[in-house]
Amino acid sequence: MHNFFFGIFPYIALGVGIMGTIARYERDPFTWKSSSSQLLRTKQLRLGSILFHIGVIVIFLGHFVGLLTPIQVFDALGISHGAKQVLAVVAGGLAGVMALVGGGILFHRRWTDPRIRQTSSFWDIAILGMLLAQLVLGLGTIFASLGHLDGHEMVKFMSWAQGIFTFDGQAASYIQDVAFVFKLHLVLGLTIILVFPFTRLVHMLSAPVRYLWRPGYQVVRSRRQAPLPQRGK
Amino acid sequence: MRVRAQIGMVLNLDKCIGCHTCSVTCKNVWTSRDGVEYAWFNNVESKPGTGYPTDWENQKRWNGGWERTSSGKLQPKQGGKWRILANLFGNPDLPEIDDYYEPFDFDYDHLKSAPEVKAFPTARPRSKITGERMEKITKGPNWEEILGGEFEKRSEDYNFEGIQKEIYGEYENTFMMYLPRLCEHCLNPACAASCPSGAIYKREEDGIVLIDQEKCRGWRMCVSGCPYKKVYYNWSTGKSEKCTLCYPRIESGNPTVCSETCVGRIRYLGVMLYDADKIEEAAAETNERELYDAQLGVFLDPNDPEVIKAAEADGIPQDWIKAAQNSPVWKMAMDWKVAFPLHPEYRTLPMVWYIPPLSPIQNAAEAGAIGTDGAMPDVRNLRIPVRYLANMLTAGHEAPVVTALERMLAMRAYMRSKTVEGVVDEGIAKRVGLSPQMIEDMYKIMALADYEDRFVIPTTHREQVEEAYDLRGGCGFTDGNGCSSGVSKGSLFGGSKKPLKMPQEVM
Repeated sequence: MHNFFFGIFPYIALGVGIMGTIARYERDPFTWKSSSSQLLRTKQLRLGSILFHIGVIVIFLGHFVGLLTPIQVFDALGISHGAKQVLAVVAGGLAGVMALVGGGILFHRRWTDPRIRQTSSFWDIAILGMLLAQLVLGLGTIFASLGHLDGHEMVKFMSWAQGIFTFDGQAASYIQDVAFVFKLHLVLGLTIILVFPFTRLVHMLSAPVRYLWRPGYQVVRSRRQAPLPQRGK
Repeated sequence: MRVRAQIGMVLNLDKCIGCHTCSVTCKNVWTSRDGVEYAWFNNVESKPGTGYPTDWENQKRWNGGWERTSSGKLQPKQGGKWRILANLFGNPDLPEIDDYYEPFDFDYDHLKSAPEVKAFPTARPRSKITGERMEKITKGPNWEEILGGEFEKRSEDYNFEGIQKEIYGEYENTFMMYLPRLCEHCLNPACAASCPSGAIYKREEDGIVLIDQEKCRGWRMCVSGCPYKKVYYNWSTGKSEKCTLCYPRIESGNPTVCSETCVGRIRYLGVMLYDADKIEEAAAETNERELYDAQLGVFLDPNDPEVIKAAEADGIPQDWIKAAQNSPVWKMAMDWKVAFPLHPEYRTLPMVWYIPPLSPIQNAAEAGAIGTDGAMPDVRNLRIPVRYLANMLTAGHEAPVVTALERMLAMRAYMRSKTVEGVVDEGIAKRVGLSPQMIEDMYKIMALADYEDRFVIPTTHREQVEEAYDLRGGCGFTDGNGCSSGVSKGSLFGGSKKPLKMPQEVM
């Protein structure tokens, strides 16, 4: 059972997540969107959405860097495992509370406002519920972490995550003995990756950073096959 | 010089009777779908009034359009690129649907299905968003129709800027005009500039501004960026939509639905050639009142041999150049100077232009002055204050509006003299700086307004860019949802779509 959830399920989740995302982008670009509901009700949205997004982005980057950077890099930089864990607990804790408060506001709005409730799809509500549960579990792991601030538990998760990406058959065994709340957090996290392509979460991949270096402000499209020759003004 | 062609439109407000046929036919064709019930790509407002959405003209409130920064650069009034991205999570300038109106329908079925009751059954309203009962409808697409509501509210109209407006609330001094509105297909569109995804683009060949439904991610910055509030967020599909200038019709040489069905024959469509290299400079003009003139400077004379040569070099087809020479838009905007852009102070260089309406003479003594000896009443005695029209059409610069109104009065006096009294009075034409031939042309195009004179639309040249053989069996125009015309359900991702080959970006 443990081996399935932490040795096999990650590959199912990543496989469906990645292939599903490619399929959706390729076959159904019309459905690729942020699904904003601000037009229908501005109230609660700005505060909730800003808190939620900033919190989630910090957490996401924290997990990404924290789990997938080889531990040797931290050793080389002279950052002790304990210090790294304290940093993760503090930054993650603050961002987690921010995201939880923001997400709570958004969930309240989505559930109680008749306009938003009526126009929500099943996945709009389900994914928000899953993210909130994940935030609660994630904040819950902090209490477990406080019991061992030297960072050795954290290194187990790093080995596991890196093991998954390096196709290490033993990956699941690294986290055999961690606290149950961590395991729940991991399984729910993988499930979110699994359902990712079927939800509005895909809009995060379209974060429009290219806007910053898009030349000028105007966009003109032509059907011409070859560009017109340049000419003096 | 980089010559490009643009399909422009002129609306002769002097002839608009406010019948809303344009709005209704447009609605039936384009926005009778889920999520855009509240959206009117074309609507007709009664002025003075706050319009739809409420107070849209007030950019202090909505931050639409452009602003000129202290360094002389142009940037969207809602903020530069960093600011726009920073507002992605919650757009502070986005109108709520209640600023338009909550779309509703009535329980018509109750009229026939009601059981036997004492009171007469009625059809009560129901929200089209939630499906819930609406006890009272407080807003609609044309809430101020024919000066509906009290003057105090309507007088918040932005065009009253600089006018002692109180007297226009009095019954004797009241005035009214209609303002049909649609997307302006601007030369310098603020919606395209605000779109972080780059989904909004202007077509090089005819200037139509479109939203790529597959690239739109619903960041909704275009809705707040457009000062005319003519980009609408479809709350059902999560994508923005706007007037397409009926491009499938335009491409085949047909007028847009609103123009085709206009019973007053007030709408004109024609080609304008413009210099794309001059756009930025014109839009960044320091003095707002000069923006109208600056925009005139962007257009190129299609009869000038130099321009024709440059146009050919820039790949503009022969028949488009010819259409530009016969363009009714060119004649009214450039030759006769009777048509004006809507709110040039937004710096978008709009391409839907308006001929200001004449109105009854306010002063009884002057009321009889016209026609008998060709003497013209002072246009400042017309019921609609010139300043009001100028605030709407020339950023408050009255002189061009006065000239246009005088020319329209002169056309009437000249033709009345000619047809009623049989006297050709060249003096009338000369007084307003026109020749008798020009007045006759004005009369033919503006008064008679034959179909062929109103719509001079060259067909598009798809044969140069597409292989017709590859298009066989295709589904032609769709709403961005495969061969279906509406929203299909049941796909794994909530809709279905065939990949479509889109035109490429050139700048």
